[in-house]
Amino acid sequence: MKLNRFAQSGNWILDRFPLAQLWNDHMAHYYAPKNFNIWYFFGSLALLVMVNQFATGILLTMNYKPDAKLAFDSVEYIMRDVNWGWLIRYMHSTGASAFFIVVYLHMFRGIMYGSFKQPRELIWIFGMLIFVCLMAEAFMGYLLPWGQMSYWGAQVIISLFSAIPVIGDDLSLWVRGDYVVSDATLNRFFAFHVIAVPLVLVMLVFMHIVALHEVGSNNPDGIDIKKLKDVNGIPLDGIPFHPYYTVKDLFGVGVFLIFFTTVIFYMPEMGGYFLEHANFIPADPMKTPEHIAPVWYFTPFYAILRAIPDKFAGVIGMGGAIVVLFLLPWLDRNPVRSIRYRGGLYKKALLLFIISFVSLGYLGTQPATPTATLFARIFTAVYFGFFLLMPLYTRWEKTKPVPKRVTDHHSLLEDIEEQLPLIIEEMTELKPDRPEIGDAAFRGSFYSRRAKLGGVRHVATRLANSIKKSLD
Amino acid sequence: MNIEGVDKSKRQFLTTALTVVGAVGTGYLAVPFLAQMQPSVKAMAAGAPVTVDISKMETGQLLRVEWRGKPVWVLNRTQAVLDTLKSLDNELSDPRSEKSSQPESSKNPYRSIKPEILVAVGLCTHLGCSPTFRPEIAPHDLGERWKGGFFCPCHGSWFDLAGRVYSGVPAPTNLEIPPYRYITDTQIIIGESAGDKSA
Amino acid sequence: MKTFTNTLLLLLLLCLSFGAHAAEQVELQKANINPNDKASLLRGAKHFVTYCLGCHSAKYMRYLRIALDEHVDEKTVLRDIAPEGASIYDQLKSAMNKHDAEKWFGTQPPDLSLISRSRGPDWLYSYLKSYYVDASRPFGVNNLVFPDTAMPNPLWQQQGEQHAEIRKTIWGGHTELELVKPGVLSEHEFDRMVNDLVNFLDYVGEPEKVNRESLGKFVLLFLLVFTVIAYLLKKEYWRDIH
Repeated sequence: MKLNRFAQSGNWILDRFPLAQLWNDHMAHYYAPKNFNIWYFFGSLALLVMVNQFATGILLTMNYKPDAKLAFDSVEYIMRDVNWGWLIRYMHSTGASAFFIVVYLHMFRGIMYGSFKQPRELIWIFGMLIFVCLMAEAFMGYLLPWGQMSYWGAQVIISLFSAIPVIGDDLSLWVRGDYVVSDATLNRFFAFHVIAVPLVLVMLVFMHIVALHEVGSNNPDGIDIKKLKDVNGIPLDGIPFHPYYTVKDLFGVGVFLIFFTTVIFYMPEMGGYFLEHANFIPADPMKTPEHIAPVWYFTPFYAILRAIPDKFAGVIGMGGAIVVLFLLPWLDRNPVRSIRYRGGLYKKALLLFIISFVSLGYLGTQPATPTATLFARIFTAVYFGFFLLMPLYTRWEKTKPVPKRVTDHHSLLEDIEEQLPLIIEEMTELKPDRPEIGDAAFRGSFYSRRAKLGGVRHVATRLANSIKKSLD
Repeated sequence: MNIEGVDKSKRQFLTTALTVVGAVGTGYLAVPFLAQMQPSVKAMAAGAPVTVDISKMETGQLLRVEWRGKPVWVLNRTQAVLDTLKSLDNELSDPRSEKSSQPESSKNPYRSIKPEILVAVGLCTHLGCSPTFRPEIAPHDLGERWKGGFFCPCHGSWFDLAGRVYSGVPAPTNLEIPPYRYITDTQIIIGESAGDKSA
Repeated sequence: MKTFTNTLLLLLLLCLSFGAHAAEQVELQKANINPNDKASLLRGAKHFVTYCLGCHSAKYMRYLRIALDEHVDEKTVLRDIAPEGASIYDQLKSAMNKHDAEKWFGTQPPDLSLISRSRGPDWLYSYLKSYYVDASRPFGVNNLVFPDTAMPNPLWQQQGEQHAEIRKTIWGGHTELELVKPGVLSEHEFDRMVNDLVNFLDYVGEPEKVNRESLGKFVLLFLLVFTVIAYLLKKEYWRDIH
């Protein structure tokens, strides 16, 4: 009887809201390719970090004061006097960096497996809009603690608008609401950071997922699983998202949280990369810190800005570095999606792109010495070369045949489990222990592992060869 | 996919185990999230004990001091008021302060350590408005029954000059007496009970 | 493959060129920071109130916090550490007013609550030990770590006077400090005093640090259990597919 009532009230809701249908469409009967690998964790992790940012952010606003006179004090108040305030704040500040780590890896996955290609162009566009929103969110959030880096970082970035011809100066004045970064700027950035941008972000994430579930997920083989279906109309290579990918993502969440909490509890400043040292000094409009650098996730774009020796062109370069990413679906002319079956030319180009992106990121944190600027220029050229020359070299590359069905690759964990003992066996050898130690009766019966030179060389050559092969 | 030969009990066990561990984790995470809305150390600092000097108080005078952000009244009562208090018992809802909140040292008909000095939290026990001080007897608006006391303008509760509530009004108990003690004859510290002997 | 090795070479070159750049600054001496050394923190607190609080505040810190974190009686903190007449809820605020400070030093002495987080403990330790006599400066002293600092040496009575000696080596000149007039404390005692002070400042920078790190162990242990069960569950379900 009791159960019946329960079921009845359940039905009452189901008659009025398509809960079961939503669950089936997006979880239980959403068929995802069965060959997702480690790169496919980052989408769900991005969602997790976003929830973290929302929850901790709401709690922070309860004690934070968006006022130039009070902001810095209120952050320290949260860190010291508010119960658990330090944890909430570190979760938020570490979450900001984690968001970018996860999103950069998620984007790289898309580039690597061609997830932006037809019919998923719109998913990519929504994703890029999310990325832009995220940058705005991070930039405005960084002003709020009102430390030296907050202040001068905002000063520099807002001044970028003044590079635009004709309207530039008026525009940057309008953004600041004052002649310098001031209380007015802080207050409006707070409004944007806490309400406006998060609303847009949530809508974009919603559209990103709706668009994804409309066309279905890509996979590491870049194969369209909907082409081959069984008698019931279910893709042969598809498995229900729930329970298979929900349990898998839960495992991913566990691993991610281990890294995340290690940072929160043991290295919340991350050596000055997540929380910059100069930001522990209250904002002083009279004195710029000796060396100002944006937070790490902006440094690749910042390095491009500095590499170009002209104010306006620099701003265009920096903006262009993001705009070309939007154009990716139309720049890449090769119909093959996955890196697994692309030609060596594209693989090498992608490798160069990664190297230039990471190097630009590093250079952006360093002072702009002449050598650094020279390298930044080279890497900027490589960065843009990768995208702008794409229409040419993607036509010339010799692709490999794409299989009809998804392939069964070992997971990284299984690979390590299998290969590691063999590699250790090859690189080392058992030798009797030094005979001079130990009792005479046991002499020669103790063995220890020593590195074997020939074995190490052999493994190294094999590694080099397989890297070389993987680039062909 | 191959669904035959699935070990259902193992699956069930692991699912339950993960749910339990996950629920415990969420529970622990909820603690800091909820606790951060509790009063902070700053709020506690504002709740530090307050010292009041009563040497310059005239009889009949009321002092208002702030303690933990609440109004605290210090009233110097006349002998006539103290006499009136004894005759009110029949009209009060809790004349002996059995159900009300006060330190042991103030649990007497005058609800104070020294009979003439009343120290009370000036917030009505009904819904927290601050009653007005009406020492006059039988004023025009309150009628004949009024023998001087505190009148709550929000919902019309009556209290006598010992903070005791009249019967038939919305307030359930007498006004709260905070912990306090005398440092010297003319100095009261509010926020420390008579037992505390710290400087 | 060739492009790959070339890029690696370039990267190596890059790192070298920056390594050379970083070596130009004065080498800092290492402070021995131990937030669990209660005695050192309390000595440091006492030194801070005696020698620093005259000009510098640590306004985000309360005396109560010291008592709670170091498990010391509130009255002991008020008697041994806090200045006369302070309340346990008071923040470590300086008595000097801003106008006097501007007049005497040309600048306002900064609040020191977060100095260890912005400068680092090693910098503070080296800074306090690197004063030397320099007649050209308004207070007659200069500093090796922070040249032309506006602060006179607050610990000169304890340390004594140091002179700067320029030594020529094949790598170029470098400056060494030599104690010419001993102070009240021996060199070893002075080092310990500065270290206690810096240890205290580091604690003041983030009083929650000890608590945070001890809590971290339990959180990680818990997450490890969660992850292992999640892995087993995943493996169990995925037997359907492999």
